[in-house]
Amino acid sequence: MATVTNTPVSDLLKSFKLKTKQQELLIRVSILCLVYILAFIIRLFSVLRYESMIHEFDPYFNYRTTLYLTQNGFYDFWNWFDYESWYPLGRIIGGTLYPGLMVTAVLIYRILHFLRFAVHIREVCVLTAPFFASNTTLVAYFFGKEIWDTGAGLVAAILIAICPGYISRSVAGSYDNEGVAIFALLFTFYLFVKAVNTGSLAWSLASAFGYFYMVSAWGGYVFIINLIPLYVLVLLITGRYSMRLYIAYNCMYVLGMLLAMQIRFVGFQHVQSGEHMAAMGVFFLMQVFYFLDWVKHMLSDTKLFQAFLRITVTCAVAVGTIALGLGMLSGYISPWTGRFYSLLDPTYAKDHIPIIASVSEHQPTAWSSFMFDYHILLFLFPAGLYFCFKRLSDATIFIVMYGLTSMYFAGVMVRLILVATPAVCLISAIAVSATVKNLTVLLRSKNKGVLTGSTKGSSSSKASSKALLDQSQPFQKNGAIALLFGAFYLLSKYATHCTWVTSEAYSSPSIVLAARGAHGNRVIFDDYREAYFWLRQNTPADAKVMSWWDYGYQITAMGNRTVIVDNNTWNNTHIATVGRAMSSYEDEAIEIMRSLDVDYVLVVFGGVTGYSSDDINKFLWMVRIGGGVFPVIKEPDYLVNGEYRVDKGAAPKMLNCLMYKLCYYRFGEMLTEYGKPPGYDRARGVEIGNKDIKLEHLEEAFTTSNWIVRIYKVKPPNNRW
Amino acid sequence: MKSLSFFFFFIFIISVFPFLCFSFNPESPTDRRVLVLLDDFSLKYSHSIFFNSLKSRCLNLEFKLSDDPSLSLQRYGQYLYDALILFCPSTKKFGGSLDLTAVIDFVDSGHDLILAADSTASDLIKNIATECGVDFDEDSSAMVIDHKSYAISGTEGDHSLIVSDDFIQSGAILGKTKIEAPVLFKGIAHSVNSANSLVLKVLSASPSAYSANPESKLLNPPLLTGSAISLVSVVQARNNARIMIAGSLDLFSNRLLRTAVQKAGSQDKYHKSGNEQFVTEISKWVFHERGHLKAVNLRHLRVGETDEPAMYRIKDDLKFSVEIHEWSGKNWEPYVADDVQVQFYMMSSYVLKTLSTNGKGLYLASFKVPDVYGVFQFKVDYHRLGYTSLSLSKQIPVRPFRHNEYERFITTAFPYYGASFTMMAGFFIFSILFLYNK
Repeated sequence: MATVTNTPVSDLLKSFKLKTKQQELLIRVSILCLVYILAFIIRLFSVLRYESMIHEFDPYFNYRTTLYLTQNGFYDFWNWFDYESWYPLGRIIGGTLYPGLMVTAVLIYRILHFLRFAVHIREVCVLTAPFFASNTTLVAYFFGKEIWDTGAGLVAAILIAICPGYISRSVAGSYDNEGVAIFALLFTFYLFVKAVNTGSLAWSLASAFGYFYMVSAWGGYVFIINLIPLYVLVLLITGRYSMRLYIAYNCMYVLGMLLAMQIRFVGFQHVQSGEHMAAMGVFFLMQVFYFLDWVKHMLSDTKLFQAFLRITVTCAVAVGTIALGLGMLSGYISPWTGRFYSLLDPTYAKDHIPIIASVSEHQPTAWSSFMFDYHILLFLFPAGLYFCFKRLSDATIFIVMYGLTSMYFAGVMVRLILVATPAVCLISAIAVSATVKNLTVLLRSKNKGVLTGSTKGSSSSKASSKALLDQSQPFQKNGAIALLFGAFYLLSKYATHCTWVTSEAYSSPSIVLAARGAHGNRVIFDDYREAYFWLRQNTPADAKVMSWWDYGYQITAMGNRTVIVDNNTWNNTHIATVGRAMSSYEDEAIEIMRSLDVDYVLVVFGGVTGYSSDDINKFLWMVRIGGGVFPVIKEPDYLVNGEYRVDKGAAPKMLNCLMYKLCYYRFGEMLTEYGKPPGYDRARGVEIGNKDIKLEHLEEAFTTSNWIVRIYKVKPPNNRW
Repeated sequence: MKSLSFFFFFIFIISVFPFLCFSFNPESPTDRRVLVLLDDFSLKYSHSIFFNSLKSRCLNLEFKLSDDPSLSLQRYGQYLYDALILFCPSTKKFGGSLDLTAVIDFVDSGHDLILAADSTASDLIKNIATECGVDFDEDSSAMVIDHKSYAISGTEGDHSLIVSDDFIQSGAILGKTKIEAPVLFKGIAHSVNSANSLVLKVLSASPSAYSANPESKLLNPPLLTGSAISLVSVVQARNNARIMIAGSLDLFSNRLLRTAVQKAGSQDKYHKSGNEQFVTEISKWVFHERGHLKAVNLRHLRVGETDEPAMYRIKDDLKFSVEIHEWSGKNWEPYVADDVQVQFYMMSSYVLKTLSTNGKGLYLASFKVPDVYGVFQFKVDYHRLGYTSLSLSKQIPVRPFRHNEYERFITTAFPYYGASFTMMAGFFIFSILFLYNK
């Protein structure tokens, strides 16, 4: 270790020389510091490439609420009734969100202001996710240390710092619940494992508070409240029941539940919802176990105890089943929600809840995205599982269960790769750490043997290895070196892959689009913000904007206008009404729009730029969701032989529905690409089928420079008719 | 200007603002400029009684020939006139910048129009009428003929001078005093377009009337017959511009205004036809001298407060008030009716209440906000025949209880309070016993 000092005296230098243990500590701390910084700066690509801005859809809502919280204080935030969204129903924001993220950001903001750093709340919001990602690396280190050893902890910290599966949700600007929640999730798990390992009430209490933070931050807390009971159940079944477990679980469950009830959005779900019943069941089971243990302790007769055991277990199971059955029947315990079902049965959403299936991040995961997000971790994961099974303990059982369950969920839904990432990193870290340790142990022991036998002096391991090529056990040693190099190669490949993925794929704000021009130059499409600022500047303050729900949060946050539906998809009927309006003929749609007092209609259109996630490509989902509530909308009407097309061969209803008209209005006159006819849609690569579009009840109000966002005004009823 | 701006503020469809701003102007309602377009200036004398009655009501008439090359309704984007009288049925093309769209735009920006046609009516005139929801008989030589209720005159004519007393039953349009004498009419028939919900037949022909060429033999059954024939129609547009369309220019002429009338088959003989009363009353209506309402000071208050809240809470008690006035021709007078209703509306109306009036134009209601949160509207939709349509709405959000507005202690929950406090006490005692009793 290079210790910086000006004194040339060698004695003094010697006195600075650290002992091995201190050296190790110093290395460890500096590695952790570097990882902490690395985790933060790798997430800044988006800020450097674009600007310090909030990304995507949900973060805009979070930003808007955070702004409200800073301006109006906590109680107004808690009781906020927002009448700018879900017109005319409104939304009780305070009671329908997880406030953890906003409160965290405002806390950081307040602290910074207290320290006289006059930052804007937006900067805090932009950097919240990277900051928490850095904190996650620390938690990963301690967690790894807890389940394996410090080496595994360090590797885990490094792996998780740059793992694309996590970066995808935590780049600067991605101000979403997940950014904070993954930290909270891992922290809760760490504290719980610590509590199980130590049996300490204090750690258990800490994990309850960690759980409270998680509940306040993200709906994914359901994963914790189901995984931990499952883990406890597995320990009970495998005969690993202990007093430590009893203390850890009971304290964590009871306190965690009470604390979680303080979050308005969660409320009484812990005692009333089917998803939380497993935890309660296991809680009672623990008491039965404890009771049996006590009885066993009191009764010396084994036979008598066996009989007692049988009766007690039967009674307990019967009482539990009856209670559950009664609760379900009386409606006191609500059944599982659609989202929960769709996790257990991947095909459920597709058949029953199109609104869940329509979200791209709810799709089943493709193999390629596993490779993309995990890279070598995908291969290290099974190896890590092997090591875990080889050295089973309460902690490794936990991480194995966490890894396996979350991997299953990651396969069901793309977005849940995020939840699996910490487990995958930890288990892979165990594999890397254990392998490297084994190999170096092998190398070192050989080295020692060789060094004592060899006449050559001590040198670097490389030189000695060369010298030992033709020694007694060359195969094992060379193999170890080769494997070490292999591991080094793979890990460096992982690092380059992660950096590349972060910079290329996950740092796009998706509100500003970038493309390569004909000469390789970078073209920026800033159409979204252009449109939202147009709305803000040019429409009356109480104008109502109808758009598909994807853009609702952005319109309220950036355009400051009332929307009919937004990304908080709490009312399916309302969304279906909008879907119905979009897929009806204009004169039917105008009736719906008048009934909702719509003043403007906003559509997103990618035909000019080739932007493929536009409303025409989302249109079938509007039809499905609309048709799910209003059977007058039938999907086959918009398809030709089961095929979705917009060219001349398209279905007549498709060519004349409102969405088609609004997207392609005046597009038939436009030349988009050299050598193609006018009205050539670049997103779908076809010439459109209806070029002569006349609007009767709507008029074009604004179209952005690249035609990505088009805004139409609803005309007042005819004056003389 | 303040009351005016209030009035406009409450009009829900904001986009109509520009139209409304130019419409009937309550600030100088008496000093209105009317452009009268004539085929030739002799009409000025042959219809002088009608024109004089307009002038006597403080309307500034400006007579121009319909082909005057300097014709223009607006200058620098401002309309020069408040109303237009088209007494030029045979004009094929207006002079100056005036054309069909200019006339329609004039109406759509809230100005009034009187249009009279006769058997010489040109396509231009007919097209203007069509735009307003009135279709004249396509046969250009056809006239309204009635062999049963024609006017008895010295010579046995072709029965194209008919009499009609089939008026619309509306005091707002035709005045309170009943028109005793029937109206003489000589002109062409029109029908109202059934797709148009705003056009009203003011004077209809009798069931025995039909529209045909009086000089030729009737070969085919006439297209327009009986009561389907409208002689005079009015339209009140959505922006409250008022339009009157008559199939006869002679209806307004001094000759018919002064003629004695006797309906065929009737013994009643009137020394003067009902035309003068009819055209005067209906022109009063067209020029907003009757039936013009305004609603101002739409206010709502939480009971016991004086400032208008920006938001209500569910189950709040509120008071709603609005003032409605009617223009009497000289000043605003309170409008008294017992059928004005207010709705508290979100997707459908949650509260529907008839407003009580104090007889001075103030309408009041008080009710409880329903136990539903959302963005509500106070809506007053008042549509009565001949009166200005009042469609007021004012958006008001209704929020649920705040966290500290619920009852803190509920009697039914006393067992729970008892349980928790005994639990706490029990735990305390148990801890002491457990820790120190060994």
